Amino acid sequence: MALLTVQDLSISIGRLAPLDSISFAVDAGEILGIVGESGSGKSLTAMAVMGLLPLIGGEIESGTIRFDGVDLTSLDEAAYRRLRGRRIALITQNPMTSLDPLMRVGAQIDQVSRLHLGLTADAAMRRSVDLMQQLRIPEAKTIHGQYPHQMSGGMKQRIVIAMALAADPQLIIADEPTTALDVTIQAQIIQIMVELVRERGLALILITHDMSVVAQACDRVVVLYAGRVAESNAVDAIFAHPRHPYTRELIRCIPREGQAPGSLKGIPGLVPSVTAYPSGCRFHPRCGDAQARCARDAPTLEDTDAGAVACHFSPGVGDG
Amino acid sequence: MPAPLPAISARASAMDDASPHALLTIRGLTRDFASRRGMFGARRVLRAVSDVSFDVPRGRVTGIVGESGCGKSTLARLVLRLLDPSAGQVIFDGVDLETLTASALRKLRQRMQMVFQDPYSAIDPRYTIRSALLEPFQVQGIALDSREQDAKVAELLAMVGLNAAMAQSHPHQLSGGQKQRVGIARALALNPAFLVLDEPTASLDVSIQAQIIGLLERLQAELELTYLFISHDLGLVRYFCDRIVVMYLGRIVEILPTSDAAPRHPYTRALMDSSFEPDPTRRRIVTKLSGEIPSAFDLQPGCAFAARCPAATARCRSERPDLTREGIHAVACHHPLN
Repeated sequence: MALLTVQDLSISIGRLAPLDSISFAVDAGEILGIVGESGSGKSLTAMAVMGLLPLIGGEIESGTIRFDGVDLTSLDEAAYRRLRGRRIALITQNPMTSLDPLMRVGAQIDQVSRLHLGLTADAAMRRSVDLMQQLRIPEAKTIHGQYPHQMSGGMKQRIVIAMALAADPQLIIADEPTTALDVTIQAQIIQIMVELVRERGLALILITHDMSVVAQACDRVVVLYAGRVAESNAVDAIFAHPRHPYTRELIRCIPREGQAPGSLKGIPGLVPSVTAYPSGCRFHPRCGDAQARCARDAPTLEDTDAGAVACHFSPGVGDG
Repeated sequence: MPAPLPAISARASAMDDASPHALLTIRGLTRDFASRRGMFGARRVLRAVSDVSFDVPRGRVTGIVGESGCGKSTLARLVLRLLDPSAGQVIFDGVDLETLTASALRKLRQRMQMVFQDPYSAIDPRYTIRSALLEPFQVQGIALDSREQDAKVAELLAMVGLNAAMAQSHPHQLSGGQKQRVGIARALALNPAFLVLDEPTASLDVSIQAQIIGLLERLQAELELTYLFISHDLGLVRYFCDRIVVMYLGRIVEILPTSDAAPRHPYTRALMDSSFEPDPTRRRIVTKLSGEIPSAFDLQPGCAFAARCPAATARCRSERPDLTREGIHAVACHHPLN
């Protein structure tokens, strides 16, 4: 049994159904990539696991979220609060979502281990400085006493990662953690997160729109499109043999080294709005391989040992 | 080898191959900004762009790549004279922009245009797309009758792959990618020869980024445009550009003569190692760069990259390396790679 198993999760916000029957699992020591364009439902999936849907008027319609043997969909808010930050931590794209601008960053990291682990002020501070050093923050003791506005975006994101690690969680969900950063800083932070997973046996869900980040960091991948799983598989398999046309096109959006000029095409059109999901396969209006059937029938997610894919015409699926 | 242009200054002319094929020649370009720390603090000067010289060959795509604070956006504005330089020259098609009157400069701007990163800021939200596309003609005092206006708007929308019906929309009704297409159409309205593209895809999803790059490639070929493409993404720059200028903290550290040239500056190498490929069998070994990009306010003597460079020596920390060329490849490093 994996550490986190999400099974057939469907979500509603008012009359809208932005997530439809999402399934995935992530185990200790493993990095799962959740990938898709803006509007595909990646961040909503993170909010559902964190129990934060009520904040945006969302509700779980059906499905289960099993974390370490417990179905989180049955937890009340008090029980969720004991879990959040302590056993499951969230890192967001903008570090200022997590940081208090009026408080020294060290005190903010200390707070997490004092609250969740009951450490004394001294012990919490030692722990924070330790963590900051592990995250390769230079002069960690000095930085510990500084305010967020005194540091760069990359440094702030490291502080947020230190906060996420402070209570020694089992699962970290990182929602586009490096999208706003410079490329050399992005590479360092991705590297640090990969090392943390390998060394501490953490489970990490890395949410991104960028297939090159997925290829660099992840062990397994779930591709979301318009609120549904298009495909999921091990990272090597998904890049070597993408079975869903959307996966294939997402990979082709990133230029490879030595790629011929004029060969970068992108995906025509846009991710549909949740108020206007197309009939049948939701990708069919943008799909170069679509047939009449794709507009009519929604493909089911065929889940086998060789991965899962929802496409009528994928090799090895149904009568396609 | 083509004969060099008359030397503008001995040092500058040694730094680039000023050729008659260059549409744009930049020599010793420098721009300072002053700021105060607090209301009564001492006045501090930040040199955002420092002694930058390079050529933009006609009909080619020249890339400028670098991270926050490298001066690439300031450089974009200096090139189009949207900002005045503190020193140095910008020569467009043989004309030194500094010698032009305001009205002559405005007229020349028909031939040199800019596409901005944020298409929201480039289009007035109250305008319809039609009026946004016709604004450049008003600015230039070019009178069009309503039939000519209709034809121009339809032509421009078609050129960037947008539906003619979109003319009546407002910017907020468009997606980010559609807005960037409008931004490109507007830049093309007056048939320019030269476009500065300032991170035109940085705020877009990768799927839309690839669409926009595909569009820019097609337009460049069809209209024989010259581009200066500014980006923080070396992978994208290497795909799109014929020639790459790498900047770090206001200075050129390397000019790669071709997109597949091997980097000789450790910073370019680090940028390359940081640019991931969509292929898990080709994972990058991330260079252990120490530290952060330093503040441009307190630059140390010597090479600006020395504090982060894995190969830095005492010399690097005391003596700034000049940009020197070997053949057509230029690098500013005491200990270049290879």
